[in-house]
Amino acid sequence: MRKSIFSRKSEKGKTIKEAIVEIVSDSGEGAQKCGQSLGAISAKMGNGVWTVEIIPAEIQPPARSREGASGIRVRIGSDKTTNMGNHANLVVALNEQVLYGRISQNAYNEDTVILIDNKWGERGTKKIKKQYQEALSEFRQLGLQVIEIPMEKECLKLVPNPRKGKNMWVLGMLSFIYSRSLEEAEKQIQAIFRKKSQEVIDINIELFHAGYQWASEHMELHFQIPPMEVASDLVVMNGNEALSLGIMAAGIELCSMYPITPATSVSHHLAEHFHKVGGIVHQAEDEIAAIGFAVGASFAGRTPVTVTSGPGLALKTEFLGLAVMAELPLVIIDVQRGGPSTGLPTKVEQSDLMAAIYGEAGDAPKIVLAAATIQDCFHFVTLARKLAETFRTPVILLSDANLATGVQSFARPRVDESWFASALDQSTWEEGKPPFDWDPETGLSKRPIPGQKKGMYTVTGLAHGPSGRVAYEPEINQKGAESRSRKFATFQQSLKLPAINGAEEGDLLILAWGSTLGAIEEAVNEARRQGLRVSNLHLKVLFPMASGLKAVFKRFKKVMTIEINYSDKLGAPMITADNRRYAQLANLLRAQTLHEIDCFSNVYGQPLSPGVILEKIKQEVALVGEGEKS
Amino acid sequence: MERVKNHKIMFESNQDFCTVPTVDVQYGLDDYGKGVARWCPGCGGHSILATVQRVCKDLQYPPEKTVAVSGIGCSSRFPHYMGTYGFHGLHGRALPVASGIKFRRPDLNIFVVTGDGDCCSIGAGHWVHALRYNMKMVVLLFDNGIYGLTKKQTSPTSPLGTHSNTHPTGSVLPPINPLQTTLGFTNVSFLAQTTDWNAGHLYATIKKAAEHPGLAFVRIVQRCPVFMKELYGDVASDPDNLLLLQHEEGIQLKPKKVRAFAHVLEHDPADMSKAREYADISDKIPIGLFYQNKSCPRYDEYGAHNLGMSIADKKQGIETLLDNYTISKS
Repeated sequence: MRKSIFSRKSEKGKTIKEAIVEIVSDSGEGAQKCGQSLGAISAKMGNGVWTVEIIPAEIQPPARSREGASGIRVRIGSDKTTNMGNHANLVVALNEQVLYGRISQNAYNEDTVILIDNKWGERGTKKIKKQYQEALSEFRQLGLQVIEIPMEKECLKLVPNPRKGKNMWVLGMLSFIYSRSLEEAEKQIQAIFRKKSQEVIDINIELFHAGYQWASEHMELHFQIPPMEVASDLVVMNGNEALSLGIMAAGIELCSMYPITPATSVSHHLAEHFHKVGGIVHQAEDEIAAIGFAVGASFAGRTPVTVTSGPGLALKTEFLGLAVMAELPLVIIDVQRGGPSTGLPTKVEQSDLMAAIYGEAGDAPKIVLAAATIQDCFHFVTLARKLAETFRTPVILLSDANLATGVQSFARPRVDESWFASALDQSTWEEGKPPFDWDPETGLSKRPIPGQKKGMYTVTGLAHGPSGRVAYEPEINQKGAESRSRKFATFQQSLKLPAINGAEEGDLLILAWGSTLGAIEEAVNEARRQGLRVSNLHLKVLFPMASGLKAVFKRFKKVMTIEINYSDKLGAPMITADNRRYAQLANLLRAQTLHEIDCFSNVYGQPLSPGVILEKIKQEVALVGEGEKS
Repeated sequence: MERVKNHKIMFESNQDFCTVPTVDVQYGLDDYGKGVARWCPGCGGHSILATVQRVCKDLQYPPEKTVAVSGIGCSSRFPHYMGTYGFHGLHGRALPVASGIKFRRPDLNIFVVTGDGDCCSIGAGHWVHALRYNMKMVVLLFDNGIYGLTKKQTSPTSPLGTHSNTHPTGSVLPPINPLQTTLGFTNVSFLAQTTDWNAGHLYATIKKAAEHPGLAFVRIVQRCPVFMKELYGDVASDPDNLLLLQHEEGIQLKPKKVRAFAHVLEHDPADMSKAREYADISDKIPIGLFYQNKSCPRYDEYGAHNLGMSIADKKQGIETLLDNYTISKS
C-alpha cells in the first residue's frame, strides 16, 4: 500500500499543519474564483495563506487543451505562509487534459490526490471518453491517486449549465474536506457576487451547500488546519490590491496608466476606490502618454504614480530620462512579467532589474526598490513617494506577477497622517534662488512649483545649470551630472544592510530580491535544520545598494544569487567561464563588489519552489565541502 | 502697478470661490518675457512669441499661474523665452505633459507650442487624444512645412515634391492637411488658422483661443526663411494669397483691417461640414475660425473632481477600505 496523507473519515477530521490545493479547469470555469475564495475563507479563519494563479495567455483558449489550463494553487497553513510550496496535496480537475501541463511542471507527486469530474468519461463523445480513460490510466501509472467525482451530474440537479456554478460546488466540497467555516464561506460568496442579482447569489450559495453536503456524505477526506497564532489584527489581500491601497495610503492622488498584464488590476482596484481618498485614475492613450501625463502632474506639484509592466517600462524610458534630467519626483511601479518583448504576459519573471537601473539613454541614475512581500507592496509606495520627493527623482518600485495575484496576510497597517503627501506649496519662492540650487555636499535641491510667485523657470531635458537655462558651457553639464549622481550617494549613506537570515558566516550565502523571499527563507531554514551552514540575505533597495556587502560575502565560502531571470549555465554548449552571462543581480553584485558570485536562475515562468531551492543548496554545500577536501 | 481690490480667488478644489481683498498686480509685457529668442532672423516664431505675450498681458494672466509647454524642434524653444513657468520636454510629447499639468491644476493657464514634425509626425497619436480630452488650453501648431532644428528634412506637411535632405529629388507623398485631420477627431471644440505675418489676425486668433472653454487648436502658417523660403516667402508679401473667413462668432478684426483683405468668405464656425469644405481650399490660405463648439465635454472638469480632500478625510477613507480586508484578532 502506498502511503497516503489522507486518513479515514473521523468526526472532526485529522489535524494537519498545512494543505496545498489546486483547482484546474478550462478558462472561464471559475477555478480562480473558487481558489481565491478558499484562500480568503481560510485567511479569515486565521490560517496562513498563499495563492498562485495559473493563467493562460488567452482569455478563452480552446476547451480541453493542455496549454489552456487555467487555475489556482492555494496553500493553507497553521503558520505564516510565504510561498506556493512544493507538490500539491489535492487537486480538483474539471477535465483531464488540463492536468498534463501541471504534471509536466512537476507540480504533483505520488502523494497527490486528484479529484476529477467524471463528466468526460460518462457524457463526452467517443473520442473524449477515450482520451479521458487513457489519461486516467496514465495518471495512475505515474502514481497519482485519482478519484472520480460526479461534479457535473450533481450540479445539473440545481442548474441547467454547470459551466457557471460548478466552481461553487467545488468550493463546497473543499470546504467540507478542509473543515472551512460555513459562515465565512457564505459571506465570501455574497462578497464575490455583490454586483450580481440576489438570484445569482442564492443559487451559488445553494451550489456551495450541495457540494459540501455531497462531500460529507461520500468522501473520506476530512481535515482540520488549525489557525496560526497571531498577535494583532491582520489584513489579507493580493499584491496588486496592496499596491493600490499603498498608493492611496501614500496620499498619491493620480494614477496615470495604460492597460498591461499583470499590472492592470492595480488600476482596476484604484478605479473602484480612489475617489474615496481624493484620487483619480487616468487611462492614457499609450504607455508613453501615461508617463508623460504623470510627469506633467509632477511638474505641477503632485507626485503621481504610473503602473506598468516590462514592455511598458521600455516605452517609458525616454520620459524617465527626462524626469531624471529635470529632477521631477515620480513613482513608477513595474509589475514584472516574462520577457523580452511580449514574452510571458501572465507569468512571473524578475528580468527588469537591469532595465530599471540602466534602461535610459545617457547616465540616468534613479532609485530602484523591489517589494519582496505583499506587505512591502503596501508600504513601499509611501517610501517610494517620500524618496522621490526628498531626492527629487523618479523611483521605480518593482513587483512581479507572483506577488500581483498571490494572496497573503500581514499586520493591519494603522495609517499615519505623516504618510500622506503634504499640501501643494504655493508660497512665494525665495527671490533669486535658482530652480536647481544644488547643494555642493549632497546634490540636493528644492524645486519651485507652478503657482509659486518668483519661482518661474523652464524645465528642459537639455543640459542645464542651476538656473535651468540651456547650458552652452561644458563645465555646466559636468556639474549637473555630478549633482544628479551625488544625491544618490547621499541616500546611499543612509542605507542599512538588511539582516542576514541564518548565521553571519558559513558555507553558502544566497542573495536574492523580490518575490522569491518566502521560498528562499523556507528552503534555507529547512537546510539549516538539516545541519547545512547556509544563510540568505534579501535586498530590497537595488539602487543604490547599501555598503558592507563585500565584508559579508567574505565570511562565506560561496556566494550566489537565486533569481527568476535568464543566466547561462556553465557546461552548456559554447558557454565558458569567460562568456557566461550571469543573472541580473549577480551581474550587478559582481561589478559592485568584485567578488566571485555565482547564480542559479531560470525562466520557466514559474515561481521557485522551496523544494527546488533546497536541492540547489544541498548540491552547492556539497560542492563547497568537496572543494575543501581536494 | 499694484492696487487693492476685491479679487476672486479660485481655490484648488475649483469649486469653492470666495471674495477676499488682495493686492492686485498689474502685469506688463516685461513680465512675460525672458532672455533673447534665439530663432533665426525672419523666423515666424518671433511674432508669435510677441503675440502670445501680448495676449497674456491683455488677459492679465499671472505669470506664476501660466505654463508654456513644448516638445522638441525650433518652435519648441518657445518656453525658454517666456517669463512664465515652462516645460520644454520630449519630441512629440508636449500634449501628454500639458494634459497632466492641467488635469489636477485647473488654476493654471496652459499654452502648448508644437511644430509640424512634433505634432503631426512623432506626436500624432497624442494629437488625436489631446483633442478628444478637450482640456482647456491653447495649442499652437507652428507649421512651417519643414524640419528646421535637424536641418531640412521632409515634414508631414511639406508639399509633394519638396526637396529636402531626406528627399533630395523631391518628397514622394502628399502632405497631411492638419485642418482636415483635426476636424476628423472626435470632440474637437475649436479650430482656427492664422499666419505669423498678419499681426492683427494672429493676435485676435490667439486671444479668441485663450478665451475658449476647452482645447483651442490653432494652426499658424509660419515662414522658415532658412530652409523653406519657397513655401511662404513670396506668399507673405502679397495679401491676395489670403482668404479671410469672417463671422460674428468668428475672429473679430477691425473693419479697416477687414477691408485690407481682397478675399473674404462668410463662415459660421458652428458649421462643421462647411468647415471641412473650407479646410480643403488650397489655392489660397484660408484664415479664421473654422469651427467652435463651446459645449463639448471637458476632461479637465472630470480631472478636477475630488480635488483638495483633507488629510483627515483621506485617512478615514483608507482606514475604511482596510477594514474590508481585516481579520480581527479574536
